[in-house]
Amino acid sequence: MEWKWDFTLQILPRLIEATGATLMAAAFGYLIAMVLGLGLALAQRTPYGALTRVVREGVEFIRSTPLILQIFFVFYVAPQFGVTLSPWVAGMLAIGLHYAAYLSEVYRGGLESVDRGQWEAATSLNLGTAHAYRRIILPQALPNAIPGMGNYLVGILKDTPMLSVIGVGELMHTANAIGAETYRFLEPFTLVGLIFLTISLPLAELVRRAETRLRRKLGLVK
Amino acid sequence: MTQDLTGYPLALTGPDRPMVRFAGVSKSYGDLQVLDRLDLEVAEGEMVTIIGPSGSGKTTVLRMLMTLETIDEGVIYVDGNPLTHMPRGDVLVRADRHHLRRERANIGMCFQHFNLFPHMTALENCTEGPIHVLGLTKAEARDRAEELLEMVGMIDKRDEFPARLSGGQKQRVAIARALAMRPKVMLFDEVTSALDPEVTGEVTEVIRKLVAQHNLTMLMVTHQMGFARDISDRICFFHNGRIEEQGPPQDLFGNPQSERTQQFLSAVNEAI
Amino acid sequence: MSYSDFLVIHGPRLLGGTWITVQQTVLAAVLAVLIALLFGLLKISPLRPVRALASVYIEVFRGTSLLVQLYWIFFVLPLFGITIDKFTAGFVAVGLNLGAYGAEVVRGAIQSVPRGQWEAALALNLSPARRMWRIILPQALVNMLPAWGNLMIEVLKGTALVAMISVADLMFEARQINGSTYLSAQVFGTALVIYYLLGRLGVTPLMRWLEKTVARRMGRV
Ligand SMILES: Nc1ncnc2c1ncn2[C@@H]1O[C@H](COP(=O)(O)OP(=O)(O)OP(=O)(O)O)[C@@H](O)[C@H]1O
Ligand SMILES: [Mg+2]
Repeated sequence: MEWKWDFTLQILPRLIEATGATLMAAAFGYLIAMVLGLGLALAQRTPYGALTRVVREGVEFIRSTPLILQIFFVFYVAPQFGVTLSPWVAGMLAIGLHYAAYLSEVYRGGLESVDRGQWEAATSLNLGTAHAYRRIILPQALPNAIPGMGNYLVGILKDTPMLSVIGVGELMHTANAIGAETYRFLEPFTLVGLIFLTISLPLAELVRRAETRLRRKLGLVK
Repeated sequence: MTQDLTGYPLALTGPDRPMVRFAGVSKSYGDLQVLDRLDLEVAEGEMVTIIGPSGSGKTTVLRMLMTLETIDEGVIYVDGNPLTHMPRGDVLVRADRHHLRRERANIGMCFQHFNLFPHMTALENCTEGPIHVLGLTKAEARDRAEELLEMVGMIDKRDEFPARLSGGQKQRVAIARALAMRPKVMLFDEVTSALDPEVTGEVTEVIRKLVAQHNLTMLMVTHQMGFARDISDRICFFHNGRIEEQGPPQDLFGNPQSERTQQFLSAVNEAI
Repeated sequence: MSYSDFLVIHGPRLLGGTWITVQQTVLAAVLAVLIALLFGLLKISPLRPVRALASVYIEVFRGTSLLVQLYWIFFVLPLFGITIDKFTAGFVAVGLNLGAYGAEVVRGAIQSVPRGQWEAALALNLSPARRMWRIILPQALVNMLPAWGNLMIEVLKGTALVAMISVADLMFEARQINGSTYLSAQVFGTALVIYYLLGRLGVTPLMRWLEKTVARRMGRV
C-alpha cells in the first residue's frame, strides 16, 4: 500500500470542512458542559443533604460509564418519550452532560481551594451569597480550575469522533464516508489523526499559557 | 433543638441600653462546651478587650457576634434589637437570612489573617461593600474609601493588590475596608498576631486613632497586654468559656482578684 | 413487554457481551501498564533521543482520539500486511492509548520520589537498573496507584469503542438488541448500569485493595 498524494489533495478540502464541524461540536459541547457543570458543582454545596447525595451519585454514574453508550442512549431513548432529537442535538446533549460531570469535579476542587476566610470576610461585609460567589469566590476558584478545565477542553475535542456513530458529520464521519466511497482508508484515517494532532497540541499549550495569564491578571502571583 | 426564650425581651429599650448584649449565650462543638451561659454587655462607644488563655472561647465570642457561628442557647442583642433571633408575634424565633442580613450591617470585623480579597486592589477591597451592599455610587464609594485609606496611611498603595503588601499594610487596608461599611460595632480578633513584631505598631496606632477620634463601640481580642491596658475601657478575662473577672484595666492588671487571673497575668509577664 | 421479560429474553446476550468487555478490559489494562512503565521510564532517560522517542509516542497517542487509533489499527495496518483480528485490535488500541496517559503518571510518580532516596541508592553503589527497580519504583508505585484507579475506569470505558469494529462486547450486543427490538431505554439503560457496576463493584474496589496492600507492604500504614 502506498500513500497517494493526489488522492490526499483531493480529499483534503472535504476533511478541512469537516474539521470546522468538529471544532463546532467541541465548542458547543464544552459550552453546555461549562454551564451545566457549574450547576452540578453548586448543587453539591447547598445545605440540602439529599440533593447533594443525588447529584454526587449522578455525577459518579456519568463519569464511570462510556460516553459512546451515553450518546446512543440520548439519541435513541428520547424518541421513546416522544422527543425526536437530531444527531447534532443529541450529540451535543450527551457530550455536554458527560463533560459537565467532569467539569463539576474541577469546579468543586476550585471552590474548595478558596480559603474559608474569604467567605467570612464576605459575610462580615454583608455581601449576599450570590454576590459573594460571583465577585469573591468564583474569581478565585476559576484560576485553580483552569488547568483542569483546559485538559477537558482538549478531552472533549478528542471525544468528538464518537459523535460519528449517530451520524454527526464531523471529521471521523467524513473520513469513514470517504473510505466507503473510495475503498481507501490509509489517507483519510491518517489525515484525521494528523488534523487532531495539529489542533490538540497547540491547544494544550494555549491552555497552559492562559492559566499563567489569568493568574497574573487576578493579582494572584507576585 | 428549640429552647425556651420566654424570658428574653423582644428588644432592649431605654436611653442606657447597651450597644451589645450577650444574654445567657452558650455554644458547644460536640462534647466541648466553648461558652457557658455568657452574659456580657458593651456600652455605646466603649472599648472592651477580651484576654485569656488559648481555647478559652475569645474568638468564638467575636465570631458569634459577626454571625459566623450560630449559638446554641441565649440571645445576642445589638443596638437594642435581637441579632441571633427575631420577633414573631410576641416571641423570639431564630433569625432568618433576611433578618441576619439587616442586623449584621451594624457590625464590622478585622481578622487575624486579614482575609483581603486577593483579586482586588486595596481600593477595590474597600469599595466592594459600599457599592454593592450599601448602594453608594462609584464616586461616593471611592471618596469614602480614599478618606479611610488616608486615615490608615495606605492612600499611596490604593492601587496595589494584597499580594504586594506587607502584613501590617494588609491589616490596615482590612481595617479601612471594615470601616467603609460604617458599622456601629467593630471587632478585632488578634489583628497583630500574624504580624512581625516590628510592624505591629503601625496597626495598633490606627486602632488608637479610632478610639481617640471616633465614637465606635469596639470589642477586641489581643495578647498584647500593654496595648490592651492603654486603650481599653474595660478588660474581660476569659477562662473556660466564662468571664472569670472583668473591670477597668488598672484594676484588672493592677489588682486582680481571681487566682486564675493572677496566674494568667504572671505567666504572660514571665513570657515577656 | 415488562422489564423482567426483557431481561429473560435478552439478558443472556448482554451477559455474554459483558464477559467480552471484562476480557477486553483486563487485557487492555495489562498492556496499558506495560506500555506506561516502558514509556514512563524512557521519558526520564538521560539520553535525549530516547526521551524524544517517548515524547513522540505519548503526544501522538494522547493528541489523537482513541476511536481514530482503533480505526487506524484495524483498517490501515492490514494495508501494510499487518493483519490483526478484531478482538486483538480492540484491546491493543485501548491499551496503547491509555498506556500513553499512564506513562505520564509513571513519570510523575518516579520524579516525585524524594532526591534523598536517589542519592541514598547511589551511595549504596547499586547498579542503575537495581536502583530503579528496588528503590525508586516501589516508592513511586505507592504514589501512582490512586491515579491508576481513575485510568482503569477509563480503560473499562474505552473498551466500549471496540464495538465499532464489531467485537461482540456489551456495547455491541446492546446495539444489536436495540436494532432488532427498538427497546432503547431498556437495553441502553441496562448496559449503562452494567458498566457502572463493573466499575463500582469491580475496578474501583480492586484498585483500592491494591492501593492498601501496596501501602501496607511498603510500611506506609
Ligand atoms: N469549628 C470548630 N469545631 C470544633 N471546635 C472548635 C471550632 N472552633 C473552635 N473550636 C474550639 O473551641 C474552643 C474555643 O476556641 P476559640 O477559637 O474561641 O479560642 P480562643 O480563646 O480564641 O483561643 P486562641 O487564643 O488560641 O485564639 C477551642 O478549644 C477550639 O478548639
Ligand atoms: Mg482566637
